[in-house]
Amino acid sequence: MTQNITESHYAPDAAVFRQVVPAGEPFMRRVARGQVLRILDLEGNQAVDTLFYNADDTEERYDANNTIRGQNNIYLTAGTTLVSNEGNPMLTITADTCGRHDTLGGACSAESNTVRYALEKRHMHACRDSFLLALAEYDHGMSKRDLPSNINFFMNVPVTPDGRLTFEDGISAAGRYVEMRAEMDVLVLISNCPQLNNPCNAYNPTPVEVLVWDA
Amino acid sequence: MSQTTPRALDTASVLWEESVPGGAHWSGVLRRGVTLRVTDSTGGANVSMLFYNWENTLERYNMADTLKGQHTAFLTAGNVCYTDMGRVICSVTGDTCGWHDTISGVSDAATVKARYGAASYQECRNEYHRNGYDSLVNELGKYGLGRRDLVATLNLFSKVTVNDDGGMQFHPGNSGAGDSVDLRFEMDALVALSTCQHPLDPDETYRPRDIALTAWNSGVAGPDDHCRHLCPENERAFINTERLYT
Repeated sequence: MTQNITESHYAPDAAVFRQVVPAGEPFMRRVARGQVLRILDLEGNQAVDTLFYNADDTEERYDANNTIRGQNNIYLTAGTTLVSNEGNPMLTITADTCGRHDTLGGACSAESNTVRYALEKRHMHACRDSFLLALAEYDHGMSKRDLPSNINFFMNVPVTPDGRLTFEDGISAAGRYVEMRAEMDVLVLISNCPQLNNPCNAYNPTPVEVLVWDA
Repeated sequence: MSQTTPRALDTASVLWEESVPGGAHWSGVLRRGVTLRVTDSTGGANVSMLFYNWENTLERYNMADTLKGQHTAFLTAGNVCYTDMGRVICSVTGDTCGWHDTISGVSDAATVKARYGAASYQECRNEYHRNGYDSLVNELGKYGLGRRDLVATLNLFSKVTVNDDGGMQFHPGNSGAGDSVDLRFEMDALVALSTCQHPLDPDETYRPRDIALTAWNSGVAGPDDHCRHLCPENERAFINTERLYT
C-alpha cells in the first residue's frame, strides 16, 4: 500500500479561525474560495464525516463517484481534487499526514446501526442525526435530500481486488491532519462521528480541530 | 462471483415486457413482490439505476449502507440493495453476469462530449449523444425529484475492480448477449434508469446497448430465502422491511 504523506507550511498561530469539534458534534461553516481548511485529528483514528456544498447553490455538492473516477483511485489524499455533482473542482487536498481517506463507507445512522450491529442499537447517537440537526439549524431548506455519499477523513476502508469492502484499523494518529484549498466558496458540513460499535476508532470517539487560513 | 442460471419464466405470471434502447432513460413503479429481469440484449450494456421508496421518496437506495452491510464493493446474486432507512428495497435473486458496479457513478455531458465528440439533437435528431447524469435528472424530474436526489447509482452489467493501491480498473466484456439480472422488489419502489455507457468504459465509439425489461409476480423473500440469510445484516434489514408492511 503506497502512503502519500505531504506536510503543510501553514502555522496554527496564523489561522484566521480555529475551533475544536467535540466527539459526536456537528460543524458547519462557509469557507471562501482560496482559503485553506485543515482538519486535525487531535487524539488519533477519529472518523470525520464530511460533505461540501457550493455556498451559493447548494444543489451543487461533493460527489464521491465523480471524485474517485476523476483520479481513477478510490482513496483521497494530497493531490486529490474533490469534484462536485456538476463536475467542477470544489477543493484540492494540498497536505495530508495521514496518507489516505475513505469516501465509500458513508455515514452511520440509527437505521444503519440496526442493520450492521443489532436492532436495539437504534437509539445510539449517529452521524446522520448530527448532519440533519446541522442542516435544520442552517435553515436554508436543506434536508436529508442534501446528504449524498460523504468523505470519512482518517478512516481506512479498503476494497480488495476481489471486491470485498472492510473497515480496517485506522492509519491515523494524534496530530495527523488533512488540509485542502477551496476552489469555490463552499459550505463544509462535518459530523465528528459518535460511533461506539466499530473498532476503527478503538470504540472511543475523540475531538478534532478545524482551522482556516486566508490565502 | 456468484453466477446463476436464469430461472425459466412462467409466462402466465409475466406482467409486462418492454425494450429500452441504448442511451435512453426510463422510470416506473415496481411493486413489492414483483421481480424485474433486466436483460443485456446484445452484450456490453450498462444500466445505471436508482431506487426510491414509492410511498416516501426521501428514502432511497444507499450505496454506502449496501456495501457496508454486506462487506462487498459490488453486487451479485444473494446481495440486496439497502435504503438509507435500513430496509431492503430489492434483492438480487438471479444473475448470469457475476459482477455489477456500485462505485463509479454516471457520465455527464462534458465527459461524453470529450470521449465521443459532439452530437447534438439539431444535427443528429434522436441519435444525439446522451449522458447518464442528465438522463437520470430527466426521469427524476417527473416525480418532483432532481439533482439533490441523484445519489450514487448501481451500474448493472459493468465491472470495475480496485487494486491494492486503490486504482480503479474497468473490465470490458463482463456481460454478453442474453446476460440477465433479476431484481425482486421487497418494497414498492420508484425505479429510474439510464442505458448510457459506463463512465469508465474505454470504448471510444458512442454505442450504448439495448436492454429488455420483464416483470412478473414472484412474491417477496420467503423464510428460507438465500438473500435474507446471506449475512446477519441482511436478516435484520429484512425485519426492518417487514415491519413497514405489517
